[in-house]
Amino acid sequence: MNMQNDIVVEVRNLVKQYTDVVAVDGVSFEIREGEIFGMVGPNGAGKTTTIECVEGFRQPDGGSIQVLDLDPHRDGYKLQELIGIQFQAAALPPQIKVWEALDLFAAFYHSSVNWRTLLDQIGLAEKSNVYLAKLSGGQKQRIFIALALINDPDLVFLDELTTGLDPQSRRAMWDLVRGIRQQGKTVFLTTHFMEEAERLCDRVAIIDHGKIVALDTPQNLINSLGAENRVVFSVNGHLDEKPLHAIPGVIRVERIGERVVVYGQKDGLVGGVVNTLEAGSVRFDHLRTEQPTLEDVFLALTGREMRN
Amino acid sequence: MGQMRALRKLVVIQAKLYLREPIGVFFTLLFAPLLLVLMGFIFGNDPVPMFGGRGQLDVNVPAYAAIVIGVVGLMIAPIETTTRREAGVLRRFRATPLKPLTYMAGDVLVYFTMIVLGILLLFLLGRTVYQVQFDGNMLTLMAGISLSAAAFLALGYVLASLAPSARVATAIGNVLFIPMMILSGITLPLEMMPTAVLKVSRFVPLTHVVTLLRGLWFGDSLGEHMLEVAVLCGILAVGTIIAAWSFRWE
Repeated sequence: MNMQNDIVVEVRNLVKQYTDVVAVDGVSFEIREGEIFGMVGPNGAGKTTTIECVEGFRQPDGGSIQVLDLDPHRDGYKLQELIGIQFQAAALPPQIKVWEALDLFAAFYHSSVNWRTLLDQIGLAEKSNVYLAKLSGGQKQRIFIALALINDPDLVFLDELTTGLDPQSRRAMWDLVRGIRQQGKTVFLTTHFMEEAERLCDRVAIIDHGKIVALDTPQNLINSLGAENRVVFSVNGHLDEKPLHAIPGVIRVERIGERVVVYGQKDGLVGGVVNTLEAGSVRFDHLRTEQPTLEDVFLALTGREMRN
Repeated sequence: MGQMRALRKLVVIQAKLYLREPIGVFFTLLFAPLLLVLMGFIFGNDPVPMFGGRGQLDVNVPAYAAIVIGVVGLMIAPIETTTRREAGVLRRFRATPLKPLTYMAGDVLVYFTMIVLGILLLFLLGRTVYQVQFDGNMLTLMAGISLSAAAFLALGYVLASLAPSARVATAIGNVLFIPMMILSGITLPLEMMPTAVLKVSRFVPLTHVVTLLRGLWFGDSLGEHMLEVAVLCGILAVGTIIAAWSFRWE
């Protein structure tokens, strides 16, 4: 590992082309030791191609990649000892038992952790004797995380970890990933859920059409928008909008039916709106605030919604 | 060294997985013995002039050993391998320091063991229940079985690499195996075949297995079957090279 600046992954001008499309078009980024680094973008943006080049499973058409000071394509077997991978699409034989899978994969590495401890850690200790086929989607996904951790890797790849999981399993998965970071490991994940990236990642690269369009901490990305916060409430009947416009920092006011949206700078916006409404004896309801999210960042950067 | 430990674990787990798959167990361990029981019902084992005074079952037992070899090599191995590749199981194996050759070696060892087990069951049944005649040398016969099994497993891995999907692998396996079963003299003795069929039969790999095993069963030496041995060695060598070279995780 490069001890001077703790760079675990270094990607420079990565290009990957398929017959008629450029999947990755000059991507550069670094991943630092101990962070959760996320790559987000819509399906087909180039996330999986990028992560698979970094893992050593695809040969780049251009650029350079260093992972833990190794060339992933040339030093594949050496690198596999040091990393753990959870694929977007992979499977185990349905008739294998949970403990057998972990025991088997442990035997592939020079050193491995005790699979019982690992099963405890992912909360599936009581499932060790169960066939893979009998597990739920979320439970299977945990087993795949356990397999990615079986060799006590320095760097863990999680590709579309929570796709296809229900919200509850998704949250449980986030806790697992935070736990991985707490053990001092570095995590490189891809997701097309902006919320996931925002909640989980220390730094996020937003990728679109094979290019990184922004890279920073989620908070910095959101702040960089300079986007307005919103206060939303509903009123019955007439509302004089003039006093709302007079609140310091308010940019504009929109009214759609009963719903009123006040856009403005974050500081003092809620207080200002509530005070103004109270002062005008306006009866209002359902008041809430909305902060911009990574979703808004994506929209601002690409001009498109991040819906799939 | 690391790969040896991986290989040992792989063999144990693959064997367990094999025995948990009812269809595979049936065709490897039970199908040939059941056929024998059926033939016993229909024909019994009375001496037949066409077989030089041997009975129907005497001739069938070594030929049915070829069924076990053919089923595992042409059907079970390629179907299982392509199914795993399609499902992403091999992809998961790939993301470890496990080498392709180690994986294949473990697989082949398990299939090989299952073939031997299936043939052993068949022989035991023939000898104990039907008092089938055995005039050969056990070691020579074992050598013949090993060579045939290895050659057909190599063929199976070639099929697995060539087939784009499990469905295609299943289709190819059927298309190859079922005519082979008829043309190789397993079901109908070659003695009953017209010359035109015999000409085709010579180019069917399984024919050489049947001829070799039958010969060894009745006391021929390996030297008397140089053609069969040479053909099977050729299949083994070429098959292994192609299989090792064309193996794909995904």
